[in-house]
Amino acid sequence: MRRNGGKALSQKVLMKGNEAIGEAAIRAGCLNYFAYPITPQSEIAEYLSRRMPEVGGVFLQGESEVAVSYMMFGAAACGARIFTTSSSPGISLMSEGISYIAGAQCPAVFVNIMRGGPGLGGILPSQADYFQATKGGGHGDYRLLVMAPASVQEAVEMVMQAFPLAEKYRNPVMILGDGLIGQMMEPVQFPDHLKTEPSNKDDWATNGMDTRKSTKRNLVKTLYLDPDALNQHNLTLKAKYDRMKQQEVRYRPYNLDSEYRVLIVSYGTMSRVCRTAIDNLKEEGFEAGMIRPQTLFPFPEKAIDEAASKPSCKRVFSIEMSMGQMVEDVERSVRGKRPVLFYGKCGGEVPTPEEIMDVVRSGNHSA
Amino acid sequence: MAKTYQRPQALSEEHTHYCPGCTHGVIHRLIAEVIDELGIRGRTVGIAPVGCAVLAYNYFTFDFQEAAHGRAPAMATGIKRVRPDLIVFTYQGDGDLASIGMGEIIHAANRGEKFTTIFVNNAVYGMTGGQMAPTTMPNQRTTTSPLGRDVGQCGMPIKMAELLSSLMTPGYITRQTVIRPKYIVKAKKAIRAAFTYQMENRCFSFVELVSTCPTNWGMTPLEAVKWAEEVMLPYYRLGDFKTPV
Repeated sequence: MRRNGGKALSQKVLMKGNEAIGEAAIRAGCLNYFAYPITPQSEIAEYLSRRMPEVGGVFLQGESEVAVSYMMFGAAACGARIFTTSSSPGISLMSEGISYIAGAQCPAVFVNIMRGGPGLGGILPSQADYFQATKGGGHGDYRLLVMAPASVQEAVEMVMQAFPLAEKYRNPVMILGDGLIGQMMEPVQFPDHLKTEPSNKDDWATNGMDTRKSTKRNLVKTLYLDPDALNQHNLTLKAKYDRMKQQEVRYRPYNLDSEYRVLIVSYGTMSRVCRTAIDNLKEEGFEAGMIRPQTLFPFPEKAIDEAASKPSCKRVFSIEMSMGQMVEDVERSVRGKRPVLFYGKCGGEVPTPEEIMDVVRSGNHSA
Repeated sequence: MAKTYQRPQALSEEHTHYCPGCTHGVIHRLIAEVIDELGIRGRTVGIAPVGCAVLAYNYFTFDFQEAAHGRAPAMATGIKRVRPDLIVFTYQGDGDLASIGMGEIIHAANRGEKFTTIFVNNAVYGMTGGQMAPTTMPNQRTTTSPLGRDVGQCGMPIKMAELLSSLMTPGYITRQTVIRPKYIVKAKKAIRAAFTYQMENRCFSFVELVSTCPTNWGMTPLEAVKWAEEVMLPYYRLGDFKTPV
């Protein structure tokens, strides 16, 4: 495989998730990458340190994740398409900058290849940053559009979709993958290069008055000392998040045509194990269905509610590589119509299909 | 009759929120004059800090970004890396730059980022209400050092210009002051040199300006000038510490 050859990458190639994510950003027309190394996603920085100079792009290793998040802010605020990648402890440090970027309404794409926490935790796959990604992370009333890939191919597609979405909403988008998505090698076919450019940036970006041939200066800020102005600003942000809820919910159903007794909600790597468990259970004559959220914010509440309401469905399971985070959103979606149970593991050990078959059959759970 | 003195185009007509005797106004004007003289207003992006100058963008008439505490040099790095043709400066106080933003300024300077930092050192946190800064003088009373700065507990004031001059990467590092007219002329020369080096894409440039804060020092403007001259200037030596080869 030729890593760097655009020709070779137009066919299906076997590629490590992290490197594919880096390549996807370039194909999305993002030629600016700031990052700080952290396991298990440092291969993205290594890959782009080679690739960016080849395509005339910017690669800069910052002095910390905090600094990187503000390099992102400065560059995003002048209208550049920008990208960074990190893993859980690094995302905690970037969360300060993410709050500012969201508050200032700048487009930016963040990738979190999650590892176990809290603190240093471990370096193996985890989904324990669900709350951080979907409920805030940094301070203030803001939301990220959060996408969760379940394969290397999907990671590539989501990275490429993330830039236009970030620009459409002038809001940070986060790709929430786990360590397995970053580390495993899978066949991947890259879509064609993205052609779109942010269209409206001259209205707001601090790209220099000469650049936009304007005498009106632009200001990118987050401070609103007047209470009415701050309230108004937050209402503007909220209206944007409400628009995301209406327009950007994405999910994949699995075996929902069956008379399933159990509905599983699971995302990312965990959902692939659940799919195997569902297939095996079917052979035994036990039907289970699944909704796999592809966007975690906005969350597919309506789809889960409808699927849980099917008369055959007796209970709902949220299965995660965490101690129970998404389960709160599942409960919120099901609204008490069915019992919502949880099964999950932390630490990097991915639950096996057999474990999931056992809990789904018996209804036993660890929460 | 020809006009010999007027408001620079780069300076807005807003009344500033700064206290009587504060030197921010003088420094804003010097920056605006330099930007006018160099003809760069249309491609300049300023970065406001956290502190009294957070609202600096109200007083200038070109593009501005507002940073988080201490992070302005990282933002300036982001801009210059993706748009090297823009002229970028950070405007930072001593709490912002020498305390919470120490990491960002050192690494930006060491990478030789081609932007300009205007560092306003008045030995105290201003906007938060006069707390001790890394630059607060020994025994200087502040709201968080009511008995005076205890150097046994807090160390000696940090000399940022000297500290940054120890880096091996080429740069322009100078310390000036604006507390008397004779110094203001030199300060403007330094600011102009800093922007010129940036326009020539030569180096990181850093202008420290010893300043007064009568409100938080608990002095009249005149007492503040005297105190800065007698207490600060012997410690914070004026002059060029590093010039590009």
